[in-house]
Amino acid sequence: MELTLHVWRQAGPDQPGRMEIIRATGISEDMSFLEMLDKVNDDLIRDGVEPIHFDHDCREGICGTCSLMINGIAHGPEEGTTTCQLHMRSFQDGDSIYIEPWRSRAFPVIKDLVVDRSAFDRIMQAGGYVSINVGAAPDANSIPVPKEDADLAFDAAACIGCGACVASCPNGSAMLFVSAKIGHLAHLPQGRVEHERRLRAMVAQMDKEGFGPCSNHFECEAVCPKEISARFIGEMNRDFIRC
Amino acid sequence: MAYQLDAKIPAGPIQEKWTNHRFNLKLVNPANKRKFKIIVVGSGLAGGAAAASLGELGYNVECFCYQDSPRRAHSIAAQGGINAAKNYPNDGDSIWRLFYDTVKGGDYRAREANVYRLAEVSNNIIDQCVAQGVPFAREYGGLLDNRSFGGAQVSRTFYARGQTGQQLLLGAYQSLSRQIARGTVKMFPRSEMLDLVLVDGHARGIIVRDLVTGEIRRHAADAVILATGGYGNVFYLSTNAMGCNVTAAYRAYRRGAGFANPCFTQIHPTCIPVSSDHQSKLTLMSESLRNDGRVWVPKKKGDKRPPNEIPEDERDYYLERRYPSFGNLVPRDVASRAAKERCDAGHGVGATGLAVYLDFSDAIQRLGRDVIEARYGNLFQMYEKITAEDPYQVPMRIYPAVHYTMGGLWVDYNLQSTIPGLFVGGEANFSDHGANRLGASALMQGLADGYFVLPYTLGDYLAREADMNVKVGTDHEAFAAAEREVRDKIERLMAVGGKEPVESFHKRLGRLMWDYCGMARNAEGLQKALAEIPKLREEFWAEVRVTGGPDGLNAELEKAGRVADFLEFAELMCRDALHREESCGGHFREEHQTEEGEAKRDDENFSYVAVWEFKGDGEEPELSKEPLTFEHVPLTTRSYK
Ligand SMILES: Cc1cc2nc3c(=O)[nH]c(=O)nc-3n(C[C@H](O)[C@H](O)[C@H](O)COP(=O)(O)OP(=O)(O)OC[C@H]3O[C@@H](n4cnc5c(N)ncnc54)[C@H](O)[C@@H]3O)c2cc1C
Ligand code: FES
Repeated sequence: MELTLHVWRQAGPDQPGRMEIIRATGISEDMSFLEMLDKVNDDLIRDGVEPIHFDHDCREGICGTCSLMINGIAHGPEEGTTTCQLHMRSFQDGDSIYIEPWRSRAFPVIKDLVVDRSAFDRIMQAGGYVSINVGAAPDANSIPVPKEDADLAFDAAACIGCGACVASCPNGSAMLFVSAKIGHLAHLPQGRVEHERRLRAMVAQMDKEGFGPCSNHFECEAVCPKEISARFIGEMNRDFIRC
Repeated sequence: MAYQLDAKIPAGPIQEKWTNHRFNLKLVNPANKRKFKIIVVGSGLAGGAAAASLGELGYNVECFCYQDSPRRAHSIAAQGGINAAKNYPNDGDSIWRLFYDTVKGGDYRAREANVYRLAEVSNNIIDQCVAQGVPFAREYGGLLDNRSFGGAQVSRTFYARGQTGQQLLLGAYQSLSRQIARGTVKMFPRSEMLDLVLVDGHARGIIVRDLVTGEIRRHAADAVILATGGYGNVFYLSTNAMGCNVTAAYRAYRRGAGFANPCFTQIHPTCIPVSSDHQSKLTLMSESLRNDGRVWVPKKKGDKRPPNEIPEDERDYYLERRYPSFGNLVPRDVASRAAKERCDAGHGVGATGLAVYLDFSDAIQRLGRDVIEARYGNLFQMYEKITAEDPYQVPMRIYPAVHYTMGGLWVDYNLQSTIPGLFVGGEANFSDHGANRLGASALMQGLADGYFVLPYTLGDYLAREADMNVKVGTDHEAFAAAEREVRDKIERLMAVGGKEPVESFHKRLGRLMWDYCGMARNAEGLQKALAEIPKLREEFWAEVRVTGGPDGLNAELEKAGRVADFLEFAELMCRDALHREESCGGHFREEHQTEEGEAKRDDENFSYVAVWEFKGDGEEPELSKEPLTFEHVPLTTRSYK
C-alpha cells in the first residue's frame, strides 16, 4: 500500500506547529497503524529527517499511552479500538490520512503528536482512591459484593485513561473519564464510604484543570476504545446534584 | 574478588522465618521517618506498591517512571490473574502447596525461604487489593471466584476478566495518588534513570534524564529501590511494552550490583505468531485459555488443509498425548518446547509453519458460546483484531514468544542487592521463580515485594546503617562524576552520525538472541552469539544515526541509550547460558536432555544461583555462586506426565 499522510509536526511546546505531507510507502495491510508509522519513521531517519514523535508503549490496547486523531476521529475508524490495535486493513491503497494530536486546552502539545495528560493524574490525586493503608484490610471475602455490582464496577474500571473522550468532545470535557473512576468505586462497598467527598473533590479538580462542561453530545462514548458507557455520567450527575 | 554472597536467610523453621525476622528487624522511629528520603525507580506493581506503602509509613519518597503516568507501567498488561493460597474453593490448597508448586515449577533454582514468604503473604495481597476496590471476578453469591492456571492442579488464581494486571495496577496507582496528594511521595513521570550513584560503597542516588526537557538531573537519597521490570526486550520481539528495558538494572550492575541468572528467560507458549518483518511486538493470549482450549497439530507433516477439514483422528493433541495427567495445563516451559518440537518436526501450521492450533470447539460445544465469551471475550476480540480471524469459528494459531525474565539483580532475603542501600523488587530482581515462573505468580511477587516486604526490610537498613545527620547532597563529587558519564554517553551517541536507525540494530540483536539464546540453546550457537554481539555493538557505535538533539523530547535518543545497554547485556546472557551446562526450566541446553526430549537438570553441579560481577569494559565478568539447598521440597525430576 501507498498512502499520503498529513501529519501535525511541532518541534516543541512553545513552537508553532503545522500539517506536513509525508508519503508512506511499502505498507502492508497486516501492519498496525503504529507499525505503519514505524516504517515511515525508519524512512525519515534514513533520509536524515527527525521522525514523527507519537506516544505508545504496550501496543496491545491496555496502557492508554497511544493517542492519535486519525481522520478527525480519536483512535481512528474502528469502534472499541485503540490506535495501537488499529490495522492497516482498515485503509485502502492510495488513501490520504490526517493524523493529529489530541486537541484540548487541558492537554498541551509537547512535540508533534505527543501531549501532556498529567491533568488526569491530578484529578486522581484529588480523590480517586479508597483511603486504606497497607495492612489494614479485612479478609477479602468478609464483604460479599453482588456479582452485578462487581461487574458494573469493572465496566467502569476498564477505562485506560487515554483521553480520547476529552479529545473528541466539542467542549473538551473530561466527564467520561471522571465518571468512570467515580462509578468504579461507587459500585463497590469498599468505595462507597468516601463517595461524596471523592465526587466533590474530583469534580473540583476537573474544573480547575480547564476541562469544559458536558452538554450531552456523547462523542466520548462513541470513541472510547474500552466502550465505557455514558450511563456513568448520568449516575455521577445525579449524585452530584444530591450532594 | 568474588562476591561474598550472604542470603541472610533467618534461622528457625521455614514457617516461622518471616514472623521472627519481622520481629528482629529494627524499626525507624515514626518521627524520624520523614527525614529519610527514598528513591523508588519504577511505578509498576512492585514500585508503585512500594512507593505508596513507604509514603503511608511517613517516609519521604521520590518515585520515577519513563511513561507519562505511573498508571501505564507494563504491569498494566497482565491478563490472566494473580495467585494466592486462600483455598476459597476448598480444593486442597494451602500456603505449603503454593510454596511447593512454586519451588518445583521453578525447577529447583529458587531459594526456599523467599518462596515460602511469598506464599505466606499472598493472602494479604488479595485482602489489600479488595479493600482498595479492585473489581475481582465474583460468583453469584457475592464471593470471589477462582480459576486454575498452568502448572497447578488447584484453582488459586484470582482474576478481573482478562485485565487483572490493569486492575491491580490501578489499585496501586490509586494508593500512590493518595500519597502524592498527601505530599509523602513526589512523582517524576517521563523521567529515565540513566545511572546509579554510590557514595562510600552505598547507593545514595540516581542520575535521571527528564524526557520532556532533556535536562539531566541528580537525585540524592538514603536508599534506592529499583523496580524497573524485566528485560525481555533484549529479544526485540516480546510481549513486553516497547519501552521496557534493562538500563536501570544494567547500570546498577556496572556499579557493582551482582546480576543473577541472566539467561533465565520465560518463553510463553500462547502468543499470536509472528506474521512478518515489520512486526514491532508480540501479543500474548492469556494462558488461562488453555483451561478450555485444546492444543493440536495435524498428524501429517505439512498438512495444508484448513483446520476444520482435518478429521479428529488425524489430529495430534500432543500435550494430552505426552503429558496425560496435566494435559494442556503443563507449565509454560514444557508447553513452549513441545510446540517448537512439533513445528521443527514439520507439523506446524499457518503460512510460516511456526504455529500450532488452540481449539475451543469442544469447549463451545460442551459449555455453550456464552460461557466461553464470558470467560475470554476480550481475548477473542483482541485475537480477531490482530489476525482478522474469528476464534469462535476457527482454532486460534499460537506460537511461543519471549515473555518474562526470571533472571535479575541478585538480592538477599531482605531484597537488598550486593550494593548496600540498593534494594530491588518485582521482575527486576531474580528472586522467587527459579528457572521458570508459574502463571499468575509475577503479579503476586511484585505486590508482595512492594506492599509487604520492602517497607519492613528497608526500614531495618535505615535504622541500622543510615545516619540521619550525615546527608549526602547532590553536590557530592560522586554525583558530578556519574553525571559526566551520562552526558558523555549521550554526546557520543549523538556524535556517531551514521546512517542506520537504532531500531534496525535492535531488530538484528533480537534475531541473534532468539536464534542462539532463545527456546533452545547449545554451546556452538552461544559461542557464535558471543562472537557476533561485540561486532554488532561495534557496528552500532560506528553506524547508528540518532536524529534530533540532546534537548527536549527525543524518542530516538531514548531508544539508542537502551539499545546500547542491551548490546552489552546480551553478552552477559549468552555467557551465563553457556556456562550453565544443564537444562532447567526455561533454560534448555540441547546437549542436556533425556531421550524423550525432556530437560535434564544437573543438581550435583548446578544447584546454585549464578551471580555475575562487572569487572570493567572488555574484561570478563566474574562468576560467584550462591548454593541452593532444598530441605522442604525434595529434589525430584519435574514430571507432568
Ligand atoms: C502481556 C503480559 C501479560 C502478563 N500476564 C501476567 C499474569 O496474568 N499474571 C502474572 O502474575 N504475571 C503476568 N505477567 C508478568 C507481570 O505482568 C510482570 O512481571 C509484572 O507486572 C512486572 O511488574 P514490575 O513492577 O516488576 O515491573 P513493570 O510493571 O514493568 O514496571 C516497571 C517500571 O519501571 C519503570 N522504569 C523502567 N526502566 C526505567 C528507567 N530506566 N528509569 C525510570 N523508570 C524506569 C517503568 O516506567 C515502570 O514504571 C504478564 C506480563 C506481560 C508482558
Ligand atoms: S500503546 Fe498501550 S494502549 Fe496503545
